Amino acid sequence: MGHPQLAKKFVANNERMKWHDKAIWFVRKKRDLAVHGLDEWEDLREIAKQIKTHTINKLDFYLEEFEKNAQQKGLHVHWAKDAEEHNEIVLKLLLNRGAKKLVKSKSMLTEECHLNPYLEKNGIKVIDTDLGERIVQLRNEPPSHIVLPAIHLKKEDVGKTFEKFLKTQKGNCDPTYLTRAARNHLRKKFLNADAALTGVNFGIAQTGGIVVCTNEGNADLGVSLAKLHIASMGIEKIIPRLEDLSIFTRLLARSATGQAITSYTSHFHAPIEHGEMHIIIVDNGRSNILQNEDFKQSLHCIRCGACINTCPVYRRSGGHSYGYTIPGPIGSTLGASKDLKANKTLPFACTLCASCSNVCPVKIDLHNQLYKHRQNVVKRGLLGTKKYAILKVATWVMKHPSLFDFSGKMARLIVPKLPRNILYSKVNIWGKKRELPKFPQKSFKELYKQREEKK
Amino acid sequence: MTSRESILNNIKKNIPSSTIELPQTNIAHAIYKDKNEKFKTSLASVGGNAVWLEDGNIDEFVRKNYSNLEIIVSTCKEITCTNRDANKPNTPHALENVDLAIIEAEFGVAENGAVWVKNSNNRHRALYFLATQLLIIVNKNNIVDTMHEAYERIEFNQAGYGTFISGPSKTADIEQSLVIGAHGPTSACVLFV
Amino acid sequence: MKIGLFIPCFMNELYPEASMATLKVLENLGLHVEYPTKQTCCGQPMANTGCAHEAGELAHRFLKIFKNYDYVVAPSGSCVAMVRENYAQFLDGEDGFEHLKTHTYELVEFLHDVVKPIRMNSKFPYKVGIHNSCHGHRELGMASMSERNLPAFSKIEKILSLVDDIEFVTLKRNDECCGFGGTFCVSEDAISVAMGIDRVNDHLNAGAKIITGIDMSCLMHMQGIIDRDKLPIKTMHIAQILAGES
Ligand code: SF4
Repeated sequence: MGHPQLAKKFVANNERMKWHDKAIWFVRKKRDLAVHGLDEWEDLREIAKQIKTHTINKLDFYLEEFEKNAQQKGLHVHWAKDAEEHNEIVLKLLLNRGAKKLVKSKSMLTEECHLNPYLEKNGIKVIDTDLGERIVQLRNEPPSHIVLPAIHLKKEDVGKTFEKFLKTQKGNCDPTYLTRAARNHLRKKFLNADAALTGVNFGIAQTGGIVVCTNEGNADLGVSLAKLHIASMGIEKIIPRLEDLSIFTRLLARSATGQAITSYTSHFHAPIEHGEMHIIIVDNGRSNILQNEDFKQSLHCIRCGACINTCPVYRRSGGHSYGYTIPGPIGSTLGASKDLKANKTLPFACTLCASCSNVCPVKIDLHNQLYKHRQNVVKRGLLGTKKYAILKVATWVMKHPSLFDFSGKMARLIVPKLPRNILYSKVNIWGKKRELPKFPQKSFKELYKQREEKK
Repeated sequence: MTSRESILNNIKKNIPSSTIELPQTNIAHAIYKDKNEKFKTSLASVGGNAVWLEDGNIDEFVRKNYSNLEIIVSTCKEITCTNRDANKPNTPHALENVDLAIIEAEFGVAENGAVWVKNSNNRHRALYFLATQLLIIVNKNNIVDTMHEAYERIEFNQAGYGTFISGPSKTADIEQSLVIGAHGPTSACVLFV
Repeated sequence: MKIGLFIPCFMNELYPEASMATLKVLENLGLHVEYPTKQTCCGQPMANTGCAHEAGELAHRFLKIFKNYDYVVAPSGSCVAMVRENYAQFLDGEDGFEHLKTHTYELVEFLHDVVKPIRMNSKFPYKVGIHNSCHGHRELGMASMSERNLPAFSKIEKILSLVDDIEFVTLKRNDECCGFGGTFCVSEDAISVAMGIDRVNDHLNAGAKIITGIDMSCLMHMQGIIDRDKLPIKTMHIAQILAGES
């Protein structure tokens, strides 16, 4: 099913759709409040964009720099071409140390690689420790948002889930109560884990370390207890200098949730005592995007989620309607770059309102990318023959003004005479929930000509 | 060809030859007339609190404010009101039941109420996250305006760990309701001395 | 000053009054305006559906018809955005394109930036909600966007303020998309309608009697919802208010 069909399902529950829209708009408003209080906001965005552009254009250099400096500090660096190799590296690291229990903090990359099912198939117990991720993991659902994984759920849904899995009180869906229950449940998992895996927000080439930002403290707790720390990092996460973080930390949390900074912004340049720290650098299709002038900016993304929160389509269609790991504008462009055929409806799940491009802290031209992806959909013959034929005919008409005038005239003549049940039959998708405009007797051109003749 | 080579080769093949210079990061930024006040309100907005200790008697402060707690540990040598040595156990797991951890931070950041913690005296960094409550000691002269100044004070020439901590741990993953105390501390007080 | 008037294809067919009002507004200000009758469509519907080849053909036509005017003015932010932001792909380097690109204006923008009238000689004693159509708003920069941290302004409000007795309402979401989106309105009709309903309600709840804007397409979409749901509000193209119709 494509986005329109899945979106329709989501919209069908009007009350929930409205609630979803409001909940996420609330996050957008918090972001606005934080942003409008900072005079240098637009400067920060511009600098961030320059840093990212520079880095991506010298990505090979910075990756090697990162590797060298990380190794110098005693960290292990691995390279994975694709999801499969990434998963194998993780599994091997775990098996070689006899690790059976893995705690994970948020990492969209491991979602993209479908790491959890792979590990579980191989006998590893995987626990997602971010509260939102744990909720969706228990429900066996993918996250519906990159920052707020369980934003599609109401507290009653969470209450029921916890009732079943964590044995919480029946009917108690107080967020504080449920959060405490999760805390107690996950504390045990943290203390018993053999290994911990984190994502990476930034990899610093200059120092060879990584930065992970969380509010819950779950990433830090995991990797500060278990001896083995594995960090999965996409190649685009590299920044050149430590000081670049002054720009990105100011942008990230404000864009994501409206906070000035996340509760924890942790810089890892070492494992714990007697521990090991491994960083897996993952490509999985990213380096192919580099060659495309139209889309390479999508590699600048810092995964703040602001474009998702602002997207009027996302807010009303829900994260699962995209059918891709990352929803919303950024997910639609990344998904289309990755596999256009599988994701051919995503570039069209957008009104081209351009809110995303203007909210994005690193100024990615998101809506233009979706506009360009549409051309590739057509070029590859994926638009659907009916749609394409209509537009071809329309173009042909538009190339011939007399034909254009004639068809307009006919429409104005015929449409008003049609009985309602024919005019509003099934093929009139516009008319399902909207009236058609009232057709006038004369076109502007006709009126204009009349007027000129009278002159 | 190793994966490393193949990734790097593919990048080399695909990146455009144009380069753009790395920009300066020290742009003109917010300067706060009253850094203390700004720090205080920033921290309060994320559920933490800041206190300026006039007499410098931390022990007294702890006795007064945390009298009911059982296990108190500290990474600051000057503090005597603790009852366990955080560095003694060989595994961090032993710190599981710490009620209060008193730790040191190098400086605070006014714009966001964060403090920079890179405490080489501390053997187990898990302490910062296992303890139910945190008391963070900072020299009262060490508050900077923004992250720009903050990063001027930070380096990682040696291997190590450092973190900005802003308030207690928190989550809003259930219906956007803010709950203070997720996996880490449920309260965080920054004490300026 | 030779001004070429471009009327979006569907407006020509369905909204002759709003189109005529556009002409009137310009003529009332003493401008000489020509309407080249060979014009049809700017190609936006094709471009937005990814049909680059077809859009390109229509872009070439547009250039041919309009390249000899000092200014091209259109009562539509999205068609103008098409010319200014998206024609380059098809017309870069073509004779006259640079001029066309920099001299094609949306009506209100043209008044605000070029003509700069100080009076409008019109009266509109109603509470009005301004719909900030996305392409005009974010591509042409008709007003400050809620996403950015830049000084607040609105060319639309400034020009409408020249109309006597007009009142503006304050919306909860000042610049959210109405969901029209070109072919989006049928390919994603469920979302499109949901967005439209929310937009109309925002204006209704703010006490507006009239929703106005610079793009007839957005207004057509919202009017379709208003008519179906029989809501006590109506839409009106900004040119009609400026021309003194009520
Ligand atoms: S594209 Fe921009 S706004 Fe969207 S998640 Fe990435 S950085 Fe944030």
